Amino acid sequence: MSDQIALSRRSFIAASLAGGTVLTLDASVVLAATEITTASSPGQELNAFIRINADNTVTIGAKNPEIGQGVKVMLPMLIAEEMDLAWEQVRIEQTDADEKRYGPQVAGGSTATPRNWLPMRQVGGAARAMLVAAAAKKWGIDPATLATSKGAVVHPSSGKSLTYASLAKLAAVETPPDLAKVALKNEKTFTIIGKSKPGVDVPKIVKGVPLYGIDTRLPGMVHAAIVKCPAHGGTVASFDAAAVKAMPGVLGVVAVNSGFVPQGKSDTVVVIADSWWKASKAREKLAVKWDDAAVTGFSTAKYEADAAKIVANAPQASLFKAGDADATLAGAAKVVKADYDYPFLAHAPLEPQNCTALFKDGKLEIWAPSQAPAGGREETAKLCGLAPDDLTIHMTRIGGGFGRRLMNDYMVIAGQIAKAMPGKPVKVLYDRTDDFRHDFYRPAGWHRFTAGLDANGALIALKDHFVTFGVDGKPIRAAQMAPSEFPAPVVPNVDLGVSYMATNLATGWLRAPTSNAMSFVWQSFMDEVAEAAGLDLPEFMRRTLGAPREIPGERVKFHTGRARGVIDAVCKSAGWKGREKGRGFGFYFSHLGYFAEIVDLSMKDGMIRIDKVWVAGDIGAHVINPLNAMNQAQGCVIDGIGQALIGQKIVQENGAITAENFGDFALMRIDAAPRAIAVEFVKTDFPPTGLGEPALPPVIPALSNAIYSLTGKRHRRLPLEMV
Amino acid sequence: MSITLTVNGRKRTVAADADKPLLWVLREDLDMPGTKFGCGAGLCGACTVHLDGDAVRSCQTPIADAAGKSITTIEGVGLNELGKRVQDAWIALDVPQCGYCQAGQIMSATALLKQNPKPTPEDIDGWMSGNICRCATYMRIRAAIRTAAGLPAEETAA
Repeated sequence: MSDQIALSRRSFIAASLAGGTVLTLDASVVLAATEITTASSPGQELNAFIRINADNTVTIGAKNPEIGQGVKVMLPMLIAEEMDLAWEQVRIEQTDADEKRYGPQVAGGSTATPRNWLPMRQVGGAARAMLVAAAAKKWGIDPATLATSKGAVVHPSSGKSLTYASLAKLAAVETPPDLAKVALKNEKTFTIIGKSKPGVDVPKIVKGVPLYGIDTRLPGMVHAAIVKCPAHGGTVASFDAAAVKAMPGVLGVVAVNSGFVPQGKSDTVVVIADSWWKASKAREKLAVKWDDAAVTGFSTAKYEADAAKIVANAPQASLFKAGDADATLAGAAKVVKADYDYPFLAHAPLEPQNCTALFKDGKLEIWAPSQAPAGGREETAKLCGLAPDDLTIHMTRIGGGFGRRLMNDYMVIAGQIAKAMPGKPVKVLYDRTDDFRHDFYRPAGWHRFTAGLDANGALIALKDHFVTFGVDGKPIRAAQMAPSEFPAPVVPNVDLGVSYMATNLATGWLRAPTSNAMSFVWQSFMDEVAEAAGLDLPEFMRRTLGAPREIPGERVKFHTGRARGVIDAVCKSAGWKGREKGRGFGFYFSHLGYFAEIVDLSMKDGMIRIDKVWVAGDIGAHVINPLNAMNQAQGCVIDGIGQALIGQKIVQENGAITAENFGDFALMRIDAAPRAIAVEFVKTDFPPTGLGEPALPPVIPALSNAIYSLTGKRHRRLPLEMV
Repeated sequence: MSITLTVNGRKRTVAADADKPLLWVLREDLDMPGTKFGCGAGLCGACTVHLDGDAVRSCQTPIADAAGKSITTIEGVGLNELGKRVQDAWIALDVPQCGYCQAGQIMSATALLKQNPKPTPEDIDGWMSGNICRCATYMRIRAAIRTAAGLPAEETAA
């Protein structure tokens, strides 16, 4: 399995998921007025992101993959704000994938806001400065006497004004300013940031206009369906394609490497036909012998049996130690112990994995719904024997990501097929069963907790033995726990240990990675500890958090005052009065966002009905696009409920995943959604952060804690077993 | 075999195997990719179209069963007043996140309002429960259906 790790997505994703990094753009690249790499009407380009059109509309390049998180509107809002445009002037185009030109282009880790808040505004501010300089020269007056408004430079004392369009050619030859020194607006004067803007593609979506990767259609395009080794990590020993090739429309059968087995091996057989329907039918005739003896021994049953033994032993390694947990527990007034666990999960985005590729004249052109196209470029180039710069990657709209498309297996496969048939565009498409069985799963995990309270009910000691998946003493992708996992940083005596088991499964980041599971185990356990202290969870959290202060972390700082702020806000809005039947609370800090949530539920005909969820979040001083923020927060809440309440669990037998379709892995449907979800934001004086993920984690413990308050049954594993 | 059907008011003839699903005929043979492939098993509703006015899963409809029938897809549903009203409500409430399921949602919602112009919240949830939205835009789907039906807003958000 170490090959899998070696070939895994590398450090930049890990770094991007950690969040908080502020990117510095290279002005000499970003501000060079060359062609914007999108197809559209001609106009004067000011820099990599901005083109001013003759009608004084301004085309802004949206650089990040759009998976439904709203980034295609959010990033242009930052540029338009500092450029001083009226939103009605703005036209938005998706750029190609080109990190040398645009900086990082990743949809992951809720990083787009913290990473781009300053750089995108600087890009807009630089354009504005160049337009002002051009007007000053034209009028022969001091630029300091000029102002801008709604796409025009104005001279307030004379009332003169010139549109950006009339200045564009002059502005384009101005020397671009130093980005770091560009004057930015006083945040109190924002006219676009903080105002609701609808999704730019919505009018097309409601009419079925082709936008998604799966909709890509090129002249003469052929189609590919895949057959992958059911047991992850298995490779092709041999295959007999004679019967497949006899099927109508079939053009070829080839074995390729999807990027997760050693180079030189194949784990995927591809059937190419003149229609995907034909390719899909023909693959049923394919006979493949797999080399998979080393991986068929892995199963859910084995993990559960092994974890039960391992968790009872001493941890293999220490994650974090503070004070002396054992000595404190020995003298504690009360000790609480509990075991928690959660299963593997699939992402199941609704658009199945797909990618279109064309190899021509030594260059590879790709149309991909990828959350991390730069990683796909590297991996695809490597497996195709090309240089990364030989690839052009067009970013399509994406029918759901949730982390699945941080992996680029579909791109790697499409690239290799295209390379084998120069001049012929090919679209590879997984079906739903392929998608379920060859996902990169949220890893399962097991926890053995011990907590100690003093005579006053204060949390004085905390221990966890976390059993997860790893190789060579290191967690595999998405299987780690942070040493600073909440509430460890605010407890005086802590001992977090970890042990690793092996798996053949490819694992990956699922929306709010690690936190989606950690929130459940930690905040459910904290509800138990709070009860032992004679308190409700919000009050117990307030006391545990202590005075408002910033706690430094290796990569991320945690502010106890901001945590306290959302806890107080949600309790006030929901009218929290302490422990009540049918109410539960959860708080979590993830992806730089602080969220506290309360779930109200009732029982109807023996079924749990969620009446209302209350959400209070702190993502800093600005909620850039409130209309989208509400949609994201509500979607996160319902997504989180799905992980807990409707039986989501990926089961493995003989090395392979058993789920075939939505009948085996339920997704939330409208009739299970809460009747109401109230969302509020607590504004604090910190730079804004992302919202695609942090509203998800707290709802899971809030739901579990609410069920406990209603039924008296404490749930310590996901999915919640409601029978 | 050669099959003739009416799609969005236009007569179309296609050459396809009798068991090829209507979904793939629309996407591959008629170049109408608005109807989406989600599960291929009638479980997610992404491929919903109207067949002689009724909502059907096009991934479970062999093309032979559509011969001589009238099909409406997301590309054509706005040609009638009700379909247009539903699309407009979806835009007004900014319903989509990724948007991939929304063609199917709109086709199902239009079929609901055609036979039940003033649905209750339970009617809406019951009828729409065959359509998965992985992004879970359900609060806005409910609200948009009420808007299209001319019903007042439910309490959905603070």
